This record gives sequence, structure tokens and C-alpha cells, in this order.
Amino acid sequence: MKIKSQEDFWAGAMFVGFGLLAIFMAQDYPFGSTSRMGPGYFPTWLGIIMACLGAALCLQGLRTEGAKLGKWAFKPMVLLSLGFVIFGWAIDHLGFVIATAALIILGAGAGTEFKWKEVIIMTIVLIIGSWALFIYGLELPYPLFWWR
Amino acid sequence: MDVIASLFSNLALGFETAVSFQNLTYCFIGVFVGTLVGVLPGIGPLAAIAMLLPATFNLPPVGALIMLAGIYYGTQYGGSTTSILVNLPGESASVVTCIDGYQMAKNGRAGPALAIAAVGSFFAGTVGTILIAVAGPPLAEMALKFGAPEYFSLMCMGLIASAVLASGSMLKAISMIFLGLLFGIVGTDVNSGMSRFTFGMSGLADGLSFVVVAMGLFGFSEILSNLEKGQDKASRELLTNKIEHLYPTLHDIKICMGPIMRGTAIGAFFGTLPGAGPTISAFSSYALEKKMAKRPEEFGTGAIQGVAGPESANNAAAQCAFIPTLTLGIPGSGTMALMLGALTIQGIAPGPQVMTQRPELFWGLIASMWIGNAMLVILNLPLIGLWVKLLQVPYRMLFPAILVFMGIGVYSVNNLDLDIYMTVFFGLMGYIFNKVRCEPAPLILAFVLGPLMEENLRRALLISRGDPTVFFTRPISAAFLIATILLLIVMIMPNIRKKRDQAYQE
Repeated sequence: MKIKSQEDFWAGAMFVGFGLLAIFMAQDYPFGSTSRMGPGYFPTWLGIIMACLGAALCLQGLRTEGAKLGKWAFKPMVLLSLGFVIFGWAIDHLGFVIATAALIILGAGAGTEFKWKEVIIMTIVLIIGSWALFIYGLELPYPLFWWR
Repeated sequence: MDVIASLFSNLALGFETAVSFQNLTYCFIGVFVGTLVGVLPGIGPLAAIAMLLPATFNLPPVGALIMLAGIYYGTQYGGSTTSILVNLPGESASVVTCIDGYQMAKNGRAGPALAIAAVGSFFAGTVGTILIAVAGPPLAEMALKFGAPEYFSLMCMGLIASAVLASGSMLKAISMIFLGLLFGIVGTDVNSGMSRFTFGMSGLADGLSFVVVAMGLFGFSEILSNLEKGQDKASRELLTNKIEHLYPTLHDIKICMGPIMRGTAIGAFFGTLPGAGPTISAFSSYALEKKMAKRPEEFGTGAIQGVAGPESANNAAAQCAFIPTLTLGIPGSGTMALMLGALTIQGIAPGPQVMTQRPELFWGLIASMWIGNAMLVILNLPLIGLWVKLLQVPYRMLFPAILVFMGIGVYSVNNLDLDIYMTVFFGLMGYIFNKVRCEPAPLILAFVLGPLMEENLRRALLISRGDPTVFFTRPISAAFLIATILLLIVMIMPNIRKKRDQAYQE
């Protein structure tokens, strides 16, 4: 069988996946009864309905003509995620300055153009600006560097 | 008479609260920063508020809410400015403004377009403010009588409305609602104390944070989509040299009176309905004005009515969205959910009791809404030059700054690195949603309502001893459910559906 509308089919597959995962995980929580709902009751039903809706979407994707998925922006996906993860880890371990610099440089690397000079100036300006606003101005308690 | 007298004394209390120097300053900062962020491409009101939320943590509750409301209007208005000047809608509600607004700018009439948008928004904002003041107290009184079944049915109606009125496939929108409800109940179940869907992470015990989900779905993923398109090369033709005459002619004002009033009425209706909102109001108003116009062929080539109507409508809706939020404690949109979140952070339980327990907060907010709208007019017309300058900053220099704000914004809520990682997760999810064309707006609304819905469903069925007919035997609850079913039936009927798609295409 051929997938006619990739958009609809994969959206449906995603909902079926989430639905099944919810049903599966909710098995660990007591179900209860309709008059005394346990913690498993609501999520199980949500999962069942969502899986059915997703299946309907999949069928629709097999039957009716529709759009293909476009190209994925892999480079920005990887670089932005990496930038954020490093930021989240480093802000407590290496300090605000390095965390922010990593986020800006990795983020800028995800763009279409990357000029070292521009990025370095931007990094310095942004670090000083956000320090002034958040740490000096709003008194957020983050260490600037790894020593405190 | 009594009603009017109490209305005036209430409004007086409100203005007394809002007009303090401190609160005026918060209002000003909110409107200014909101417009600034709204002008930037790719940040809608939701991401803007989420980003700026931490800045209000240290303020007193009234000040924080006033500032957030200012940010909200500011971003709305900023979106209109970019629609007119560069054909780039900052958010979905101003897509319609692009059609005729940008054409007007091309014809050298950017000034009148911006001015009429401001005037229309101000008029709509004023009417909206009065409407909240009048309708608020009786609605809150009614809401106090609501039991669990009523709340559950009302939330059903809001969620279905948000799916029906969203653009694109309804099946996808409804699936997104269920996914949102599931994300909403992640964390500790209040009744059994059991951790659900936390994957063993202690940081998720309190549930997913709203800021994280909103920032991921609307901020992070938006940047990814923009980078994919290579937005620096996108059509950002600035029409700067052509802003000369700022003021509309007498003729302009005359033909815009009708559209502004009709737009306001449409916006007030959709805004009050939970789940609907500015976008559908703007689209409906445009369609209506095109039908009412003497020369409909002018629409699309720079008809000023095509700016005045939708702009008034989206602002009226933005304003009236506060009605269900403040009186029932049920947010009608993601943005309103953030406002409720801000209330909770300030230690105030949202709901009908806010009006009686904290009158200065409620009425102060209402008064400041009007002041905020007035400030927008005063602020924006002279500052247009500044916003235009801001638009000339290339995107490659803009988005790293947005990233930093997002990062610090998310981290500062709980000082938890897990929040940052979850933002990445939701950002990638949002990008996938975008790819398979699933709109995230219904999801975020459902995310907020998830725990409330489960709780009210549980309670309703506990009281009725498991009998589900309780939702239909109580009159108010039945009315909500019948409205929900009608909404669904109406949308499934093929010819109406076609009309809706047409309206979105126009």
C-alpha cells in the first residue's frame, strides 16, 4: 500500500504511538471504577481515544492525496538542541558567561551565514546586556564563572 | 440603578489602583517591551509573555498582572505593525491585516493604515474594557453556582471550539487536544499521590511547567522553522521611505466607522467564547467587510476597511478573552493560560472568588487594560520610526538574542536544568507538529485544562455514583454540551466546512 498523504499518515502514526504509550504506561496505575476513578482511569481513556483518532488519520493518509513532508532542517535541529542542553548544564557548573557564550555561538552556527567577527562581537554584547538585565537588574542568583 | 452605581464605584477603585505612579510605570514598560518583542518576526504573544514572565516574579501581584497585560496588548499591536510595513505577520491574528495593510503601504499609505489600526484597536479595547466591567460580576456570580459537571462541560466546549475554529484538519486538532490533556496530567496525581508519566524523573513530580511547553512549542520550534526557510533572504522589503502622511483623511475615517464597530462586535463575541479568539475574529471581520463593501473589488489592493475591521476585531477579542479567564478561572487560550499561571505564581487562586476577595486586583487590572490601550496609541504613532529601524536588524543577529532570552527565561522559573532539556524536547516536538501540519494552539489549551478536567470529571462522577447522565440532567451543563455537539455537527457538514476553508484562504 502506498502512502498518499505523508503529512496525514505520519501525524496519525505519531498519535497512535503516543496513545499506545499512554495506555501501556497507565497499566501500572490503579484503574478504579467510573464512580471512583483511580489515577489510571483518565489517561487510559485519553490514550484509547487518541490512538483511534490517530488510526483514522493514518487511514486518511493512505486514501486521500495530500502533501509530502518537506526537507528537515537537521543542522539547526542538532545545533540548537546542543546549545540549549549545554546552556542548561553549564549555567550551574561553569557559570553564566560560558553557558551563554556556548548558546550564542552554537545557535549562530545554525544560521545560514556565520562570520566569526560578527559572532564574537554579538556574543560579548549579548553577555554584557543579559548580565545587566538579569543578574544586575533582576537580581537572578547565577554565578558568573565556576568559582563562586 | 444599583448596578450602574456599583459599576462606577468599582471602576473608581480600579483607576485608583492603576493610576499610581508605580503601576503606570509597569503598564508603560509592559506595553513598550511587548511592542518591541511583537515587532520582532517569529515571536508571537505567547512566546513573548513566556519569555518575559520571569521579569514579573518580583513585582507585587497587581503590578505583575498589569505589566503582563501590557505586554499582551503590545505584542498584538506590534504584530500589526510588521504586517503593514513588511508583510510579515508577527502572529496568526494579524495575517489578515497583511492583505490590505501591506498593499496600502505599497501605495504610500502606510501612515493611515497604521493610524487606523491604532484607532480601531483603541475603540475596540475601550468597548472590551466596558464589557468586562459590566459582564464580569454577574458571570462570576453565576460561576459560583457551577458544580463539577458544569465545569467539565464548559471545558469540553472550549476545547472543541478551539479545534473547530483552528485552521487545517479538524481530526488533527482534536487529536492534539487529547495529546495536550495527556501532557497536562504528567506529574503527581493529587488524589492518589501517584507519579504518572514522569519516567522516574523527580523534576517532573510537579508536572510539566507551562513556560517550558509554551517556549518549546512556540519559541524554539519557530526559530527552527525560520532557519529552515532561511529567513534572511525572505521578502522583507521595507517600505520605510514612504511613511509620510501619518493621519488618515476624513473620508478614511468615515468609511471605517462601520467596519470598526462591526469588527468590535465580532471580536467581543468570539473573544468571550472560550477556545475561540483573535484569529477567527479577524478572519470573520474581513470576510464580512468584503461582503458589506460598496466596491468589494478594492479588497486586496489596499482597502482601508480591510485593515480597520480585522484590527478592531482582533483587539476586541484579545480584550474579551479576559472575561472567561477572570470570572470562571478557565483560560480561553494559551496566552490566557499564561496569565492564569502568573496569578498562581503570585499566590492567587484564579476563579470567580478573585473578584470578591481581591477587588483591587480585578478592577485595577481592568482599568489598566484601558490605560494600556491608550498608551499603545500614544506610544506607537510617534515610535513607528524606531520599530522600523528594529526591523532592519538581520535575522541572523536577532535569533541568538532570542535564544538567550528564552534560555534564561526558562531556567529562571525553577532554576532547574531539566526544564531546559524539556524545552528542547518540546521544541523538537513543535517542529515535528509543524512538519505534519498539526497546529499547537489546541494542544496548549488542553495542556492547561488537563488536570482541571480530570478533577472535575472525577468529582462529577463521584457525586453521581458513576452515572454519566449527570452531564445532561443538569441544565447548564447540558446547554454547554449541546453547544459543543452543535459546533461539531456544524463543522462536519461539508458546505460550511468549505466556507470556513475559503475564509482562511482569503
